[in-house]
Amino acid sequence: MAQKKDMGKILRQFGLVFVALIIIIFMSITSDVFLTSQNIINILRQISINGILAVGMTFVILTGGIDLSVGSVVAITGVIAGSLLKDGHNWFIACLAALVISVICGIINGWLIAYIGFQPFIATLSTMTIGRGFAQVYSDGKPYAISDPAFKTIGQGTFLGIPVPIILLVIFCIIGLVILMMTTFGRYVFAIGGNMSAAKLSGVRTQRIQTMVYVFSSICAWMVGLILAARISSGQPTAGESYEMDAIAATAIGGTSMNGGIGSLTGTIIGFVILGLLQNSMNLMNINSFWQQIVKGILIIVAVFLDMRTKGKKN
Amino acid sequence: MAGKYILEAKGIDKSFSGVTVLKGAELNIEPGELHALMGENGAGKSTLMKIIMGIYTKDAGKVILDGQEVDFKSARDALDAGISMIHQELSPIPEMTVAENVFLGREQKKIKGLPFVDKKELNKKTQELLEEYELSEFIRPNMKMKDLNIAQIQMMEIIKAVSYNSKVIIMDEPTSSLSEKETETLFRIIDSLKAKNVGIIYISHRMEEVFELADRVSVLRDGQFIGCVKVAEASREQLINMMVGRELEGGYPKNTAKKGEVVLELKNFTRKGVFENVNLKVRAGEILGMAGLVGAGRSEVMRALVGYDKLDSGEIILEGQKIEINHPKDAIQHHIIMASEDRKQLGLVLCRSIKENVSLQNFDKMSTGSFINKLKENKLANEYTEKMATKMNGIGDLVSSLSGGNQQKVVLAKCLLSDPKVLIMDEPTRGIDVGAKAAIYNIMIDLAKQGIAIIMISSEMPELIGMSDRVMVMAGGKVRGELEGEEAQSQQAIMNLAFGGE
Repeated sequence: MAQKKDMGKILRQFGLVFVALIIIIFMSITSDVFLTSQNIINILRQISINGILAVGMTFVILTGGIDLSVGSVVAITGVIAGSLLKDGHNWFIACLAALVISVICGIINGWLIAYIGFQPFIATLSTMTIGRGFAQVYSDGKPYAISDPAFKTIGQGTFLGIPVPIILLVIFCIIGLVILMMTTFGRYVFAIGGNMSAAKLSGVRTQRIQTMVYVFSSICAWMVGLILAARISSGQPTAGESYEMDAIAATAIGGTSMNGGIGSLTGTIIGFVILGLLQNSMNLMNINSFWQQIVKGILIIVAVFLDMRTKGKKN
Repeated sequence: MAGKYILEAKGIDKSFSGVTVLKGAELNIEPGELHALMGENGAGKSTLMKIIMGIYTKDAGKVILDGQEVDFKSARDALDAGISMIHQELSPIPEMTVAENVFLGREQKKIKGLPFVDKKELNKKTQELLEEYELSEFIRPNMKMKDLNIAQIQMMEIIKAVSYNSKVIIMDEPTSSLSEKETETLFRIIDSLKAKNVGIIYISHRMEEVFELADRVSVLRDGQFIGCVKVAEASREQLINMMVGRELEGGYPKNTAKKGEVVLELKNFTRKGVFENVNLKVRAGEILGMAGLVGAGRSEVMRALVGYDKLDSGEIILEGQKIEINHPKDAIQHHIIMASEDRKQLGLVLCRSIKENVSLQNFDKMSTGSFINKLKENKLANEYTEKMATKMNGIGDLVSSLSGGNQQKVVLAKCLLSDPKVLIMDEPTRGIDVGAKAAIYNIMIDLAKQGIAIIMISSEMPELIGMSDRVMVMAGGKVRGELEGEEAQSQQAIMNLAFGGE
């Protein structure tokens, strides 16, 4: 039985891999551009933004929460780094200052949710709005042009021929996988999402862990904020709008339950890869962006439906 | 009315994905009788009930109501036809009033065809029902469900069933969360239902109740119908034999452990409005029983002790030293471990594996820094679940796939892995079957012999009397007395204290 369940799990994730393969095979046949190295790098670049956010989002959702504020943290990171660079500070100081502010955002989320008792949706909806407003007020609504070459490397540079954002994505995925699968912290995340009261009675410092999870999500958003600002050479207060939705979508497609307690980061990784492939394919096929949205929405429904079916069978 | 029986189930088969759950299950209910349905957990009682209610479809067999074969497509159909079920887990809508809950889905309209509910009429009808069953003293139709206690909610479920004019009412362990007094109210309601020729199917693990209430008993074992006997002609041993299919040592194992020093002492424990000035001592090797009605504050004291709830004042002295506990983590580090009564709420993370549940509070033993040593984890989880004789395919099984008794064993495995000095067992055998109960009693004695101090909260009088070396009785958040020796063997003395001083 145990093995059967494992098989079911593998099948489920394999099913998603299968979807990815179909897209890849179909596109390689119908498009000359799809398999070019330029396009593959394009896809990976696109994925890196949503992917890093989705890593953090998976942690949050596994605890039974949600983090709507990540898009705003992306913007805050961009304008803070941008303004400091403009004032002549070096890239390291700029990144560090933005990191501090992002961590504070995460702490505020965690404090509201874990200690005050706000529902995660409401708490992060508020901080999302406040954060966006803060980015606008701070920058007076105008973008900061960025010229610092060292900083731009984060978004535009390459290492051993691989674009830096892709390397960063891989690093975040590995960090996430290690924490979730090999550490006590990972177990606490699952336990909190599965049954917060039981976790507490088992000695888990639930409030602390919850807060740390929101901080981690904000750190992911900080990373994305830097990548984005560096790539477009500009710190924009409007950056990252609705990014949280794509991150949530990738997590949901990957089979993580919105109630928390059940799910995996490998699922999420497959989720954002599929989203990226789909978007790139539709771009190459000249499908307009309105239709793309419809397709994306349908994909979420289908993926989650299949997930519910496989889970339902177990009972 | 055709035939003698109001409800008959014949030759019911049911399997879930290849696993046979019921094979040739039988049940027949006479009007006006209380028919107990017994069997170990996993014997198929709930499945049979769900088939009768139309929640599951049957693979073979017949359900006959009032002489006519029926095949309900949903619980709603069954309800309309006159069969209702009161589930073990109640599901009221907390923000609605008592009357609205009773008439949910069939509200009297002010004007026919328009969606305006005639609240006055609902309240009036509900009041009539409450008066008929002598509940109007405590419950008013316009109270919100969230303001009722569990017992009252349960009464309202029964009232709701009555209001459907049900011919058959199924009660699944109705007394599992009721105190003695509330149980009496329930029994009174049952009597008046019987007088109205309602057939009652009563699922229970409590032998005493069955003997007190039931007219006949049907027993299921491993999905098969074992037999139906008249209670008046049956003995306790006979029923146990039918259920487990083997001889079971009667009664409770004796705690022969040597009593050592006082391990834990609580002084003036107070949580305002919940309990007050509770003092308690427990020795190594001793089983201290805590008696009281539901709501007496027993679990609350223990939850505060382990740091789950905040304490307003009071001292904890462990092995002669004063200690501070502000979070369950502190209690675990001091080896004061609580196995909660409520496995679903506090005991286990149901959607995760046995292994993950067992290790959750024991990473100190199986990790280096933050990194889990998976080899050690597997070894310890296997060792402790096997010690408890947990029935499972492997420690990777989801806890939700286990029966109640086996879930309780997982809770115990987890607690024992923490090397308890003091083990608090809150209702250790609630909702679990006879065989598993005996196993848990033996485990308790073993632990006492190892010098662990055990505090057992129990609402089952025979269990309290049978297992405890000493019984402490609480009522209304206060300790009413302590009984030792002969006195601790007297149900009368315990109940006196539990009801006294009000």
